[in-house]
Amino acid sequence: MKKHRMTHIRQTAAVLVLLTSAALCGCASDKGVNGQVIVYNWGEYIDPETIRMFEEESGIKVIYDEFETNESMYPKVESGAVAYDIACPSDYMISRMIQNGMLSEIDYDKIPNAKKNIGAQYYEQSRGFDPENKYAVPYCWGTVGILYNKTMVEEPITRWAQLWDEKYADNILMQDSVRDAFMVAEKRNGYSMNTLDAEELEASKNLLISQKPLVQAYVVDQVRDKMIGGEAAIGVIYSGEAIYTQKENPDLVYVIPEEGTNVWIDSWVILKNAPNKENAEKFIDFMCREDIALMNFEYITYSTPNVAARELIEEEDIKNSEIAFPDLSQYDNLETYVYLGEDGDYLYNELWKEVKAY
Amino acid sequence: MKTILKRIYIALIILFLYAPIGILIVLSFNESKTRAKWGGFTIKWYIALFQNEEILRALFNTLLIALVSSLIATVIGTVACIAMTGMKRKAKSVIMGITNIPMLNADIVTGISLMLLYISLGIKFGMGTILLSHITFNIPYVILSVMPRMKQLNVSTYEAALDLGSSPLHAFFKVVFPDLLPGILSGFLMAFTMSLDDFIITHFTKGVGVDTLSTKIYTEIKKGIKPEMYALTSLIFVTVLTLLVLINLSPTDKKKAEH
Repeated sequence: MKKHRMTHIRQTAAVLVLLTSAALCGCASDKGVNGQVIVYNWGEYIDPETIRMFEEESGIKVIYDEFETNESMYPKVESGAVAYDIACPSDYMISRMIQNGMLSEIDYDKIPNAKKNIGAQYYEQSRGFDPENKYAVPYCWGTVGILYNKTMVEEPITRWAQLWDEKYADNILMQDSVRDAFMVAEKRNGYSMNTLDAEELEASKNLLISQKPLVQAYVVDQVRDKMIGGEAAIGVIYSGEAIYTQKENPDLVYVIPEEGTNVWIDSWVILKNAPNKENAEKFIDFMCREDIALMNFEYITYSTPNVAARELIEEEDIKNSEIAFPDLSQYDNLETYVYLGEDGDYLYNELWKEVKAY
Repeated sequence: MKTILKRIYIALIILFLYAPIGILIVLSFNESKTRAKWGGFTIKWYIALFQNEEILRALFNTLLIALVSSLIATVIGTVACIAMTGMKRKAKSVIMGITNIPMLNADIVTGISLMLLYISLGIKFGMGTILLSHITFNIPYVILSVMPRMKQLNVSTYEAALDLGSSPLHAFFKVVFPDLLPGILSGFLMAFTMSLDDFIITHFTKGVGVDTLSTKIYTEIKKGIKPEMYALTSLIFVTVLTLLVLINLSPTDKKKAEH
């Protein structure tokens, strides 16, 4: 009996060794006929079908990796543990990467679709963080605004200032992130949301502190579920989530406040020392193709800067949606986050701590 | 009165422990994607789960890494325990101290230092690095649960076996090993669960495109966690529950029958 058990253990061990070695080899041998490209993107930020199509059409194997925040992406890329070819950070993180010389210039001749299909206004907006449009190809964008439940408010909400209205005490959801929270206060006072002016920051901080008793909760992605469930009347939310929440609860209305707001842009960038630069260009070009961009828009539901893809949207009310595609030229007070440098980051974080701890 | 209070207390503890899991299971049958609305009963998330290659691959990776790393760690840990019994007291406590450090160390420190180590050695990040890291942090747990068994061990039985003409290896498996087995098994299980729910160390030592369940779920934060994940976690919970019930039922029955 014992002996039998021993051989059994031995067999299991052998099988396991085989399994692991198979798994380990599996990692080493995944190259397509035309090499590979290593992509680092947000989680759930691409239609997996488009990757499969790209692999088929180009013969390039895509090794796809995902991150959850700009802040967790940065050290992974910087450490060089993996030599990524492409990443998809947000505006302010791109300016940080440019400042630290981590990006490689884009050769638009190799990416014709980016020139042809991406709207000029989005390149214009990108200049905030990429002054010469040398590094970033816009992929998704949106605004930050107010989502409110029209059955729970007395008058339409149109301004940030209304988030300080005592009528809505305990019915307000704020974003639990430094820059988004300060943006609300700074815009309300008419400052720039990239301000480093000590007085303006102090005033914004005090404003946020005075708002604190009215705020039901500081949240990130729970705004979605809480607003759908009618747990709060007003919430600060990203426009990308607004269409989805409205579908689930028709009482919800999304507005871009009159005082102006943040326009965020997540863009493709090619990293310096990318081992497969040519394949990276092909990948970005493919993603900018109108039919592919449309597939991704339908999957992600965040606004696409791809004008040609927008033309292909069949549902008229989405194509002409004020939420998904607001006319940026109507506003003169929209801004995009810029990296504030280490000292600036520190300053904001300290002030935010004071607000949270108050 | 006292018993009623006791029961209420127990009920409250169980409620707080299991209410979250209960909610998760209920939500996995929710037609609507949001937790705020009950859209009707559906099993579509379970169907979608089994069609979602990425989640299934992450599940496979998680199980494979947990199994292999805990097996290897169990072997190394057990051998280490045997070696330690032959040491002088001072050397022993030094070694014990060293093995305890990774356990007390914050995961993030272990994770980052392992990452830096791999970078400086030029090891390619992938399945192999995750496996190495998991073995590393699993070994102390095995040692921790085998060592007490080792101390209870009667060395004379082993010596007696040798005197009776057994080879050392044979004597080990015949005499020592059965005594150690409960400790080894619990060490193995502990290592398995530790590996199963590790996030931070995996996050820092994983290579491109290799995901375990925990890292996969974490990347879904920006867009909201998919209900398929609810379905998967419900299945895992039910599997573990069934296994536990089976384990707790059958051996006692057998023992009773034997007696």
